[in-house]
Amino acid sequence: MGRMPRTTRTRITRRCAHAAAAVAALALVVTGCGETSSGGSGEKGDKGMAIAFDIGGKGDQSFNDAAYAGLERARKEFGYQGNAVEPKDGESDADKVQRLKQLAKQGYDPVVGIGFIYANATKEAAEAYPDTTFGIVDDSTVKAKNVAPLVFNEEQGSYLAGVAAAKASKSKTVGFVGGVDVPLIHKFEAGFAQGVKDTDPKIKVITQYLTETAEEGGFSSPDKGKAAAEAQIEKGADVIYQAAGLSGQGVVEAAAKEKKWAIGVDSDQYKQKALSKYKDYILTSATKDVGGAVFALAESVERGKPLSGEQRFSLKEGGVGVTESNPEFGKVPGLKAAVDRAKKDIVDGKIEVATAP
Amino acid sequence: MKKFDKERLLLGAAGPAIALVVAVLLTSVVLLASGKSPFEPYAIMLEQAGFADIQVLILNAAAGYYIAALAVAVGFRMNLFNIGVEGQYRLAAMVTAVVGAKVALPGALQLPLLVLVAALTGAFWAGIAGLLKVTRGVSEVVSTIMLNSIATAVIGYFTLPKVFGVQQGNNKTTGEMHDSGWFPNLDLGPAGELYGFVFVAVALGIAYWVVLNRTRFGFDLRATGASESAAAASGVNAKRMVLTAMLLSGAVAGLAGLPTLLNDTHTYSLSFPTSLGFTAIGIALLGRGGPVGIAFASLLWAFLDKASAELDYRGYDTEIAVIMQGLIVIAVVVSYEAVGRWGLRRQQQRVGKELAAGHVLGKTGAPGTSGETGTSGDNNDKEVAAR
Repeated sequence: MGRMPRTTRTRITRRCAHAAAAVAALALVVTGCGETSSGGSGEKGDKGMAIAFDIGGKGDQSFNDAAYAGLERARKEFGYQGNAVEPKDGESDADKVQRLKQLAKQGYDPVVGIGFIYANATKEAAEAYPDTTFGIVDDSTVKAKNVAPLVFNEEQGSYLAGVAAAKASKSKTVGFVGGVDVPLIHKFEAGFAQGVKDTDPKIKVITQYLTETAEEGGFSSPDKGKAAAEAQIEKGADVIYQAAGLSGQGVVEAAAKEKKWAIGVDSDQYKQKALSKYKDYILTSATKDVGGAVFALAESVERGKPLSGEQRFSLKEGGVGVTESNPEFGKVPGLKAAVDRAKKDIVDGKIEVATAP
Repeated sequence: MKKFDKERLLLGAAGPAIALVVAVLLTSVVLLASGKSPFEPYAIMLEQAGFADIQVLILNAAAGYYIAALAVAVGFRMNLFNIGVEGQYRLAAMVTAVVGAKVALPGALQLPLLVLVAALTGAFWAGIAGLLKVTRGVSEVVSTIMLNSIATAVIGYFTLPKVFGVQQGNNKTTGEMHDSGWFPNLDLGPAGELYGFVFVAVALGIAYWVVLNRTRFGFDLRATGASESAAAASGVNAKRMVLTAMLLSGAVAGLAGLPTLLNDTHTYSLSFPTSLGFTAIGIALLGRGGPVGIAFASLLWAFLDKASAELDYRGYDTEIAVIMQGLIVIAVVVSYEAVGRWGLRRQQQRVGKELAAGHVLGKTGAPGTSGETGTSGDNNDKEVAAR
């Protein structure tokens, strides 16, 4: 016991010295140099459009890829390179602000945040770079002169999907698989359920959300989608609508294996290479023309008249809708007629589609 | 005496240094294999670290990492593996955000209240795992992982608009907190704003060191971690220590989300950063559970995170940083074990030499005696850190 205090004391002094050194180093770093990475005036905005992806990034066959298609089109038509940047897992708002500011500083114009998750970051970056046009998809809370929120009436496209599902269902049971239990996906569910009920009130809609948060992989886990679809098929569903990003591939796969209908989302999934094996079972897709919206913004900037303020893309403008690329779509009795009627009623304002279930 | 300290220091620094070098080398191999320059990414990242605004981002991020890693380290000292820091800090941040939005006291009362709420929420959530372990013998590894999932569900429920949630556009938030509860930032002009919580994190590091090394409680904690039976023999109530350590770890974890919440977002929403609790496990490991080591490890992690963002614009992938972080964690585990064994062998050799030279241990004066005590101390440290 007698020796203990001595050793403890040495350790204490040594560690104290370390702690002091660390604090000093911290102070030095902070006051160190005044130069900043994004402080300069930046280059002139001639590098074209840059998009910052949402979780899932490029290759999700859905939301992000739709936005990327818009960038590709702008590349082709305006002859610039542009840029597309991926997010990191679990990043904070500060990282998103850094990303958008960095893109603006490097001379990209417009800079588009793909997904409402960029709302706060867009607001901050737009203040710092008032001469750059910013776009934000799926969010209309940011109000600034150089910001163009690009929002969609997802519920209208989903309503048409619901009408189609009701017409195609024989078992009188249809399913909805949502990626993550968030307000945005609730719009898809609400529209779909209303479309089904308005067409045939006797049909049962089974709803399933894959995860509570995006970090748990609700938008990026085909296995989760597959399991959910299998469970719904077991309960009797013969048409399943999915709004689940990459996870939706699992839904389509499960439905095709059981020879049931799947309904795609965002892009025309009948035409997607990754799903070509199962395309015969993709009845239709409820599209959301993110690519078109993103391209429209790029075009407006290119013409020197950048869009400003909320840009709403609804059924009327063709911003949302359903596809008819699967020949089976026209073969189901009464389906096409019912969808066309519903479409007209929504455009005419005869049908109001709810945005929350 | 002095000579021996140098050796210990060398051994202590060798572990992380070797790990870092190995990680850099392996990352270079990855870069080479993908046909890119194996050196330029490091140059770009180091250049980035020279900019004041990136430094501020690094320090801000390091604050959260540091606090979360301290929470993990408290558990390590006690041989408890608190994987639940993830759930504890997110739940605590959410509850704090709700309280901050509903209660409006003057700043002098509001801030302490919010910090207290965060610590208590974290402690409560970790305490469940602690209680389960003490009363039913449930492994804390299993229970904390499960509690992480439950925390996610609880957060999902509380942020529903019909409970405490406020929907903003397509985002689920808890509403903006009253500004009396905003923690002051240090405005550094064009470099941005340094979170005031960075200084709280430093203070917590000092408190951690004092509690563990200068209090009876800290001694009991380390003793129980080193050998439960020995600690019990000297009158320490092991069960009570387990519960206390878990509560303490949870309380610290509860504070980990506060730099982001109180200094930046002022609301808990879908965009609140996640996986801090898992990152912290690697950082605590890299920092060997000591307050200074963890500080360096947090800074390194934050540096890799923030400085790598630039890589995207220079033709490299930011994932290089993620690869490096992963490699560092693996390399650290291996190199600590290797360095530990090597150090032990060196000590044995030296003791053998002294014996062969005819010295009798205990009569050779300071070097021999402190060497002996140091050996056992070293072993304990290593064991605690390794588990």
